[in-house]
Amino acid sequence: MTRITAWRRHPLARYAVLILALALVGMVYTAFIQASRPADAALASGKVDDVAEGRSLFQAHCASCHGLNAQGTSTGPTLIGVGAAAVDFQVSTGRMPAANPGAQAPRKPVAPWVNEEKIRQLGAYVQSLGGGPQVPGKEQVDPAKGDAGKGGELFRANCIQCHNWAGAGGALTQGKYAPNLNESSPTQIYEAMITGPQAMPVFNDTTITPEEKRSMIAYITQVREQKDPGGFGLGRIGPVTEGLVGWIAGISAMVLAAIWITAKKRQKS
Amino acid sequence: MSDLTAVPKAIAGPSSYLDDRLGAGNFLKRNLRKIFPDHWSFLLGEIALYSFIILLLTGTFLTFWFQPSMTEVVYNGSYAPLKGVMMSQAYASALEISFDVRGGLLMRQMHHWAALMFVAGMMVHMLRVFFTGAYRKPRELNWVIGVLLLTLALAEGLTGYSLPDDLLSGAGARITQGVIVSLPLVGTYLSFFLFGGEYPGTDIIPRFYSLHILLIPGILLALISAHMVLMWVQKHTQMPGKGRNNRNVVGAPFYPAFMAKAGAYFLFTFAAVAGMATFAQINPIWLFGPYTPADISAGSQPDFYMGFLEGSLRLMPAWEINLFGTAHAGTLPLSVIIPALVPMGIIMTGLALYPFIEQWVTGDRREHHVVERPRNNPHRTSIGMAAITFYGVLWLLGANDEISAFFHVSLNWTTYVGRVLVFVGPALAYLITYRMCLGLQRSDAAVVSHGVESGVIKRLPHGEFIEIHTPPADDIEAHLRGKEPVPMLPVREDTSGIPPKGMRGPLGKLRARMSKAYGGEKIPLDEGHPHEEIEEHAGVGSEGEDRSLTR
Ligand code: HEC
Ligand code: HEC
Ligand code: HEM
Repeated sequence: MTRITAWRRHPLARYAVLILALALVGMVYTAFIQASRPADAALASGKVDDVAEGRSLFQAHCASCHGLNAQGTSTGPTLIGVGAAAVDFQVSTGRMPAANPGAQAPRKPVAPWVNEEKIRQLGAYVQSLGGGPQVPGKEQVDPAKGDAGKGGELFRANCIQCHNWAGAGGALTQGKYAPNLNESSPTQIYEAMITGPQAMPVFNDTTITPEEKRSMIAYITQVREQKDPGGFGLGRIGPVTEGLVGWIAGISAMVLAAIWITAKKRQKS
Repeated sequence: MSDLTAVPKAIAGPSSYLDDRLGAGNFLKRNLRKIFPDHWSFLLGEIALYSFIILLLTGTFLTFWFQPSMTEVVYNGSYAPLKGVMMSQAYASALEISFDVRGGLLMRQMHHWAALMFVAGMMVHMLRVFFTGAYRKPRELNWVIGVLLLTLALAEGLTGYSLPDDLLSGAGARITQGVIVSLPLVGTYLSFFLFGGEYPGTDIIPRFYSLHILLIPGILLALISAHMVLMWVQKHTQMPGKGRNNRNVVGAPFYPAFMAKAGAYFLFTFAAVAGMATFAQINPIWLFGPYTPADISAGSQPDFYMGFLEGSLRLMPAWEINLFGTAHAGTLPLSVIIPALVPMGIIMTGLALYPFIEQWVTGDRREHHVVERPRNNPHRTSIGMAAITFYGVLWLLGANDEISAFFHVSLNWTTYVGRVLVFVGPALAYLITYRMCLGLQRSDAAVVSHGVESGVIKRLPHGEFIEIHTPPADDIEAHLRGKEPVPMLPVREDTSGIPPKGMRGPLGKLRARMSKAYGGEKIPLDEGHPHEEIEEHAGVGSEGEDRSLTR
């Protein structure tokens, strides 16, 4: 029996082989993933040097809070793995770069240096760090291709407890709030669902399929564009503003009318 | 030329025929000359009356198309974003009224705006009656009828806005059910009884429909008629003023003066309701979507008149008692029972009993036909303001999510502030109102004893400047002098130091103490300055159309 054979027959040998094989597979996988990531990002955004451009943009505008390598600091979370979609959503809605610390970074006009190309480059950089959800294509968010009726049902089941039936927004705890959905573009709506900004949960593709998301976008955009058939919409928040109008316009007008009627006395002739 | 005063035969014939058989002539002659005092606040009740008429008319219109059924159908009407959606027939037919029936949306909106005006009108009317003490003998019964009307109107509103079976009305039904099951012992049975089984079932809309269009409006109509008849028979109260006392009514006759005003006021009400229905969207059920028990929306609120209940629910801490320390033996959800029953109980019972409690405290059993100005009964006015504040805080907090979203304040913070305010607010309101009443009484006393500022400055021989005060116009003075001290129980003890009957024992002592605090004259009108006889009146009196009639 050679030494090798003896070694091969050792009771622990099969475990050793198993571990070796696993390690090998793991190494190959990691190498593959590492290699494919920038490739993915580059594919999605078109150019490989987008990543480099994005990196320098990031270091100029974002690193103060998110850290030089987006690893996160005490003033901003890590961006590794949030994906280009999160960057596109946050920067195109003006939320990032964040300004004053508050309960929640609000939507605001985008920073002056921001344009579509720069957002794409930032996204490519963040995507290159750890993957994550990608910016959806035009086709994927086209409201005309969605079924508003179906989308409305999903919207009511998943979104209105925070955003209100007409997407008028609502309050959450501790000063946080779900904003109204009147300004978000179809792409931003899609991105909000797949990235779940701040207090909003993530609705990934297994919870709500991409087609269903498109239908929801169809519903949201149709309803917000619709002219209120009954007159002024009163903010579409329901009974609170209706009650205010009832008292302020209705009852005060009637009180004034009562005063006016009773003040009229017949002139003595 | 024919004689203008002669009645043409074509009219005289039939009318004397009718008169001979119905005796209507005498009846009309008596009643058309009924005197109605004039004060703007006396018209407030009419807002409710006319809104009710509008509700009857528009509601009848709605019944022509509305289908109170919870059978599920696929929507195929003209509102695109809901095409192909499963919904109850009730919801589908309410959508049909809104989008496919000519004038349907206007009628729905008028019905809903009129419902708000109905309840709001009742509320302001009730406040007027309360603050002027018009509920005092002999009108206590009419006051109680009013409280019943208000309570029923809330029920009518609740059943009404539940009918369209949209997501928002479903939220209301769900809370109603939650309150019912929270009742100890009977809760579950009651809920099964009302909903015909498990919530939501398929019975609740048809049942609410019967209540909403038949039972409650029937009772409302009967009570409103009783209310009007009593008012007619007892005659309207009047503000204190020249020549007005508890034995007469000064004002304009029903026909033509008052009738013209009332007619005009109906048109105003109609215009206000129709105007709001045209320009302001109300209850856009198509935005809410159909009801499913699984969905709930941010900003779900009831109509304003239910807001105080919503607010008390939101303010309440999550307290509950597990009987015998375990949830299996049953749970008493205080966080639902207390807010659902206590504020409503306090407000409605308080309203209903107030005239009787006041009578008990003041011992005043006289008839009153001249009302009191709010300042002249400071404790009543302060109690009223405290109640308004209590109600108002609850009402406001019912909208705390919208307040939080609109003003960007923390939702939690609104709740904490609300919990304090609901207790502190009424107390503060009481103190402030009380001070204000006394201040106003003092300024009345000053007007009566010193006259009103004339704006004329006079220099006296020794150089001092004074402003000349002229005596108030006599109708104003009569108005001010209409003040009476708030009656109180005779507190005198008899010779042996024993208090009068009914004031012994702890309850009697409390009664005597309350009477002393509540009653009496705080600021006498001629405070130390006996009124100098006024020589010349500035005569602004307008006797124009006023007639006086003894009661
Ligand atoms: C003033 C500090 C600050 C700056 C500058 C800043 N951020 Fe942020 N960022 C934050 C904070 C804090 C959060 C987390 C909470 C939030 O979203 O408000 C955040 C969240 C994010 C997220 C969402 C992360 C997730 O989990 O979905 C993205 C993406 C993002 N930032 C990108 C950027 C980009 C890109 C820039 C530069 C253009 C930038 N940020 C600049 C503070 C900052
Ligand atoms: C738990 C509450 C919650 C739910 C559920 C929720 N959201 Fe949000 N949503 C939020 C919050 C909070 C924000 C604000 C995030 C921020 O400012 O970064 C937000 C932001 C958004 C925005 C961005 C609006 C803007 O200002 O541009 C969109 C679009 C959006 N949500 C869509 C949806 C959709 C679609 C759904 C249903 C699938 C949904 N949300 C469900 C809480 C919620
Ligand atoms: C006899 C008189 C009445 C009739 C016949 C009637 C009938 C109806 C009908 C058929 C509906 C459902 C249709 C729809 O919602 O579109 C409805 C809804 C409603 N009713 Fe009435 N109603 C009457 C009186 C009242 C009164 C007195 C109130 C007020 C307290 C009231 C308040 C409401 C409300 C708030 C709704 C919901 C309206 C909406 O959908 O926006 N109704 N009523």
